[in-house]
Order: sequence, then structure tokens, then C-alpha cells
Amino acid sequence: MLDKLRIPERHYLHEGHSLRSWLLTKDHKRIAIMYLMSISVMFFIGGLFAVGIRFELATPQGDFVTADTYNKFFTMHGIIMVFFFLIPSIPAVLGNFLIPPMIGARDLAFPRINLLSLYIYWIGGIFTIYAMITGGVDTGWTFYTPYSAAGSNSHVIPVALGIFIAGFSSILTGLNFIVTIHRMRAPGMTWFRLPLFVWAHYATSLVQVLGTPVIAITIVMLFVERAFGFGIFDPARGGDPVLFQHLFWFYSHPAVYIMILPALGVTSELVSTFSKKTIFGYSFVAFSSLAIAIFGFIVWAHHMFVAGISTYSAMVFSFLSFSVAIPSAVKVFNWTATLYKGAVSFETPMLYAYGFIGLFAIGGLTGLFLATLGLDIHVHDTYFVVAHFHYIMVGGAIMGYLGGLHFWWPKITGRMYNNFFSKVSAIMVFVGFNITFFPQFVVGYLGMPRRYHSYPDEMQVLNVMSSAGATVLGLGYVLPVIYFLLSLRRGRVAGPNPWGASGLEWQTQSPPLTENFVEIPIVTGEPYEYDHVPAKESHLV
Amino acid sequence: MTIFGIPIFPDQASTFAKDVDTLYFFILTVCSFFALTVAILVVYFGLRYRRKREGQTGARIEGSLPLELMWSVIPTVIAMVMFGWGASVFYHLRRPPDDAMHIYAVGKQWMWKFQHLEGQREINELHIPAGRPIKVTVSSEDVLHSLYFPSFRTKIDAIPGRYTELWFEASKPGTYHIFCAEYCGTNHAGMIGSVTVLEPQAYQAWLQGGGEGGTMAERGARLFEQHACNSCHLDSGQGRGPSLKNIVGTTVELTDGNTAVVDDAYLRESILTSQAKIVKGFQPLMPTFQGLISEENLLALIEHVKSMSPQASTASGQPAGATPSPNAPKPPARPGEKKQ
Repeated sequence: MLDKLRIPERHYLHEGHSLRSWLLTKDHKRIAIMYLMSISVMFFIGGLFAVGIRFELATPQGDFVTADTYNKFFTMHGIIMVFFFLIPSIPAVLGNFLIPPMIGARDLAFPRINLLSLYIYWIGGIFTIYAMITGGVDTGWTFYTPYSAAGSNSHVIPVALGIFIAGFSSILTGLNFIVTIHRMRAPGMTWFRLPLFVWAHYATSLVQVLGTPVIAITIVMLFVERAFGFGIFDPARGGDPVLFQHLFWFYSHPAVYIMILPALGVTSELVSTFSKKTIFGYSFVAFSSLAIAIFGFIVWAHHMFVAGISTYSAMVFSFLSFSVAIPSAVKVFNWTATLYKGAVSFETPMLYAYGFIGLFAIGGLTGLFLATLGLDIHVHDTYFVVAHFHYIMVGGAIMGYLGGLHFWWPKITGRMYNNFFSKVSAIMVFVGFNITFFPQFVVGYLGMPRRYHSYPDEMQVLNVMSSAGATVLGLGYVLPVIYFLLSLRRGRVAGPNPWGASGLEWQTQSPPLTENFVEIPIVTGEPYEYDHVPAKESHLV
Repeated sequence: MTIFGIPIFPDQASTFAKDVDTLYFFILTVCSFFALTVAILVVYFGLRYRRKREGQTGARIEGSLPLELMWSVIPTVIAMVMFGWGASVFYHLRRPPDDAMHIYAVGKQWMWKFQHLEGQREINELHIPAGRPIKVTVSSEDVLHSLYFPSFRTKIDAIPGRYTELWFEASKPGTYHIFCAEYCGTNHAGMIGSVTVLEPQAYQAWLQGGGEGGTMAERGARLFEQHACNSCHLDSGQGRGPSLKNIVGTTVELTDGNTAVVDDAYLRESILTSQAKIVKGFQPLMPTFQGLISEENLLALIEHVKSMSPQASTASGQPAGATPSPNAPKPPARPGEKKQ
């Protein structure tokens, strides 16, 4: 085709350079870029709080910061990472950028609503950062009543409102995706030709649209409780503090799937592309996403096995919780089978995919420990739980996000990043992550409760290991920022399809045109067919 | 269990601990098997089928229904085994035996207060005998807490406005951690203490040592007078309030036509929000005591009321109120011996 690859003259980044051209854009790709920058800032802030936490926990005594400050650290870490980084991460950045080109559309169904969702996210973020600067909040990201309603003296209301507002951003993104996937597919792009990334986002969007209103309602209830003393959660006035937990987890458990499902979708793309083989059991992988999204709504009370719920309802929720394990396991087995007789290459995104499979497997399997009633009683609210959900949300969701970012970076920017350092970073993240969080399973089973500012001396060694690993992990996260930024100027030109991937998004130029395609493609083949993809010059040096 | 002197596994100090740990190692084995299988296959396939030349594509294999069924059904069966086993351990953990010794715990920012029926009161420390089932009724003075005994492998949340309970049978004398496992504000990490498991004789000796002010029920009886409860709740039944004699465990008829079983929760509600349920034939005259009486005193009052129903309380194990004479202790089970 081309002797020498060049960045095309016309593409979405050249469509105006003024601030105005960005702030008033309706291009899903530019909105995705603004999301990328916003959530990166949030990730950095959330990460700083994590640094503070690990620093404090390096010694058993509470000697680095006061107890109140520490409590604010883990609260703000959780709130920022969950609501302002993980939930928007893959959908709002990669989903936003890629769903239209993947299904052969020129934009999302509602470009203005897409921009609105970004502004709403910003407003929510500003509320939260305002509360943080003026003193922060110390309730834990879970806002359990009655502490959040009456006990805490911190800025509960502004932060809760920030989350309330940001929730609408999430709802609008989900709504936009659902309509787009239903209505905007190119001719020939049937449901069963959709990339699994799109299936995963479809499932995610359902959760966003159906679940997020519940957290909004819950926050309103918390607001009236705290501001006006309604007594909904106050036992002295006939309220019930445990009711809050039911409402909170009715959203916040499915919210875990908002974070992990898109990462599962990314991994399906990566595993298939880098083994140059169609995904094993396409329909099983696709439907397992929907199954996870649906089952995710009926397991919430497994967060409450020791909160005084009845023995029998605990049994029902334990039983249902195991049901989520099955579709998750099915995905892992299908990825494994996809590698069989593939043509596997270990580019950076594939390293992330491998890391993802390992960490997600551990995260998922330790979920079985927690779903098991007799065991959960012991490890509930200990570091075992902390380790488990970090394996899912950091090991899983962030590995998936980074894998996706490395995979689609040449599509987004038209350029390649440094091959060597990106591999170093992928390995550092994997190794650092395990050193950080694996000891937490051990210290959790030993009985160390979560959210402890100080802890018994005999638990120090394991905590020091965690803190040391976190340093490696942190450096692993900083590295991509450097080589990604450097690649913008110096990176080798990637061309339209550097990985020889099969998706529609790779058939258009990199970076894509504002309208994505010169002509809307007509889809005639099945997804993940690599035989027809022209062999490209390798981008590798 | 320790490695290089670093503890990596908690003490097994209750009869549950073995059950829970056995379950833990079962799941750990199964999960390790799956994790290793996947890890080995993924790495092996990755190396074995490594791309050798540019443009090479993988074999065309779209899937296999038998395989999909296999790896859906087998994990489902294994998960059901885990569920069933876990549920049975849990069921046992949630059913205190009838003859359990009763202790009350109140969580309060940021301390644990324990009361023994014999009258001893402790803060952040708990003394118990080994080899005897112990039921702890837990409540909270302010926000949520969670009473956690890692070496006994059990915990339960302390919820304001409610009683929850847990039980265990300590099997090994020693001193173990008590933690608050539910975040409760500034000094959450300081809401810790220790439980000292004593040999039964040593426990009896310890009981003799403290306990000013008589048993819990006796303290409750004094509160009953101080709050002038006795001016209306006459034993004769002729007072303005119903007689409290022998009511625990019975079902009372209410003015609104419903009925209520007289238990801890009912007594608590009747004291704190006395207008909530009025016994048929009585006027809603009783003042509410919400905010006027501490959780600990409330428990003592309830204990006193229970002591007025000797039959009912015998059924629930400890002869409440009647001093469980230290001279005639129940024959204690040997440590580690499993009941039932």
C-alpha cells in the first residue's frame, strides 16, 4: 500500500485547534479525549491518596497523619477512584471513542448529550474537589448511616452531591450507547457481528441506566436525612440504618460490573487480535456479559452478611452470588481456548491482557471465598475483601483500561509509543500489583480490619510488603504517562492498522476523520476474521 | 502459624475455627487448581503457538458446545458444593445452643463495653471461660460497629436500635484480639481490645474478683425503681401498666388488634418508644425513654424483666437474675471438645 506511512492530512484532531473547538465539539472522539484527560487527573489525585494510605500503613502506629486525616485519605481515594475514575474509565474514553467506528457509525446517536455528559461529569468532579479542598469527607466511600447522617463532621453533602451529579453523566453515556448500538449499526453489522467490546458496553450501559438512578435516590435520602433530619435511617425515629446499605449496594454492587464488564470486552478484543484467531465461543462470551449484568443486580446483600440480615436471606444471596461466578469463569475459559492453535504475539497490549486474565482470575476466585457464608463471616470487612476488590477493580478494570489504551493508542493518535518501555511498564504493573495486594489476602485472613489507621505490630511485615509493592505499581503507572506524551511528537507513525486487527475501526485511517469513515462500510464478514486482513509491515523495530 | 516469626495464620481458638479453616482450605485448593490450570494453559498456549512469521493467522476454530457445557456445568456443581458447605457452617454459626452463657456487648465510639450477667462490667476487655458456648448480644450506642473475634472466626455488626447476636465456644485459653470491623469514625482503629479465655476454674475465680453492684438483673432492678417503673408495672396486674411477671416469651394482644411476642426487641421498643405497641386494656400513659437511658442500662433493665419470668429465661439457658452460683458451675466441657 504505502511505502512510508504518514499521518493523514485531515483528521479529527485537526478539526480546529481553539479551546472553543474542543469545548463545543460534538465529535465523540474529541469528547473521549477530554474524558481521558479528566479521568487521568482524577486517577492521579486518587493515586496520591493511595500513596498517603500506604505510607501511613508502613508502620503499625498511626504516626504519619492523624486518624481523621487517614480516614479522609481512604474515603477520598475510594470516592475518586470509583466514581470519577473507574466508572467513566473504559466506557467514557474507549467506548466513546470506539463504539461508533466499531459499528460503522459516524458518531453516537446523541452527540450533544454526549458532550452534556462530560460537562455533568466536570460539575460533579468540581463539587467533589471543592469538598476535598475545604476539608474532605471521612465516611468511607460507602457513606454508611448513621455515621454519614449524624456522626461525621466532614463535608458529606457536597461530596454526595458531586456523586449524585456525576451519576447523571453515567446514565447519559449508557443511554447514548444503548441507542447507538440499537440504531446506528452499519448495513450488515448484525448483532452477532458486533465486536465483543460492543457487547460488553451494551451490558454495561444497561447497568448504568438501570442502576444509577438508585444511587441517586439513595443520595437524596441521605441528603434530606443529614440536612433536615428526616429520620429515614435513624432508629430513634423508626428509621433503619441498614436500609441505607440495601439501597447503596443495590447500585454499588452492579457498579462493580460497570467497572469490570468493559475491561472484559477489551480483553476479548486483545486476546483475539494478538492470537490472530476468532474468539472461541463468541455467543457464550457475548451472552456471559449480559448474564453478569443481570445477575449483578440480585446479589447486593452479600455485602451485608454480618449486618444482621436473616440467616435465610443470607443463604439466598450467597446462592445467587455464586451464579455470577459462572459467566465470569466461562469468559476466562473461552479466552484460554482462543489461544489454542492461535498465532500468538506478545505486544504490549497482549501483555496487559495476560496480566488481566491472571489478576481477574484471582479476583474472581477469591470472590468465591466471600460468597461462601461460613467464610465471609470471618473475612468480611477485613483486608481480604480489600485485596479481593482491588484484584477486580485495579487488577481487572485498570489492567483492561491500560491494555485497551495501549491497543487503541495508535488509532487515537496515529502514532506508536515506545515498545520497550511500554512492556517494562506492563510487567511492573503486574508484578507491583501482586506484591501490593497479595499480602493483603494473608493479613486479611489474619484478621486485620479494613480502614484501620493503626494495627497490631505482628501485622507489620505484610503491610510493609504492600507498601513496597505499591511503589513499584505506582512507577508502573507513571511510565505510560511519559511515553504516551512523548509518542505524540516522536512516535513512529502507526498507519491505519498496525496490529493487523479485524475490527471496522481499523479500516479507517489513524487518527480517524471527524466523520470516521469516508463512506459507511458495508459489513459482509463475520467478526474476528483475520484471513482477509492484509498483512501489514510490522510496526516493530 | 508463623513463617520466620511472622504470623500468617490466625490462632484457632474456638470450636468454629477448625470448621471455617477446613472450608477455607477446601476452597483454596479448588481455586488454586483452577487458577493454576488457567495460568499454565495460557502460558503454554502462548509459547507453543507463538506467531512465527508476519501475517500468520490462527486456526479457524469457532467454539465447541460440549466444551462450553463442560466448563459451565462443572464450575456450577463445584460452586454449589461451596455454597452448601458454607451455608451449613454459617447456619451453625448463627444458632447459639440453648445452654449458652449470655454476655452483653455495647459498641460506642470508640470502645466495647461488656456486661456479664453476674454483674462484672468490662471495657475493651472480655474474660470468658473455655469450653463453654457463649452467646453475645450486641448493640450500639451511636453508629454502626462490628464485634470481631478473628481467632474465633466470627463477627457481627452492632446496629443502633437493634440487638444482634453471635456465639462461639472458645477452645484454647489465651488472649486474643477483639476488633471493631465496621468503620465508625475517627478512632475506629482504636476500638480494639482483647478477649482472655480462661480455664473454667480460673474464670470462676475471676468472677469472684469483681462485679460491684450485684448481678446485671439486680442492677436492672435498681434502675426499675429509679425510673419508677415499679409504680405502674405492679406484679399484681392492678397497676396502670401491665404486670411484667412471666411475660417473657409469651404473646400479648395489642390495642390495635395485632399481637406481639415478648422478646428483647419488644421490651426494648416498649421502653424506648412506649407508644409504639400498647397492650390491650391499657392506656398509652407510659413516657418514652428514648435518649434518657443508656444502652447498657437498657440491657440491665431487660435482664431484670427477664428475671421476673424464671421459666422463660431458663429455656434460654442462663437462669437470668437468679445468681448463677459460682459454687455450682455447670460441668464445663473440656477445651476443644465439640458440643452437639
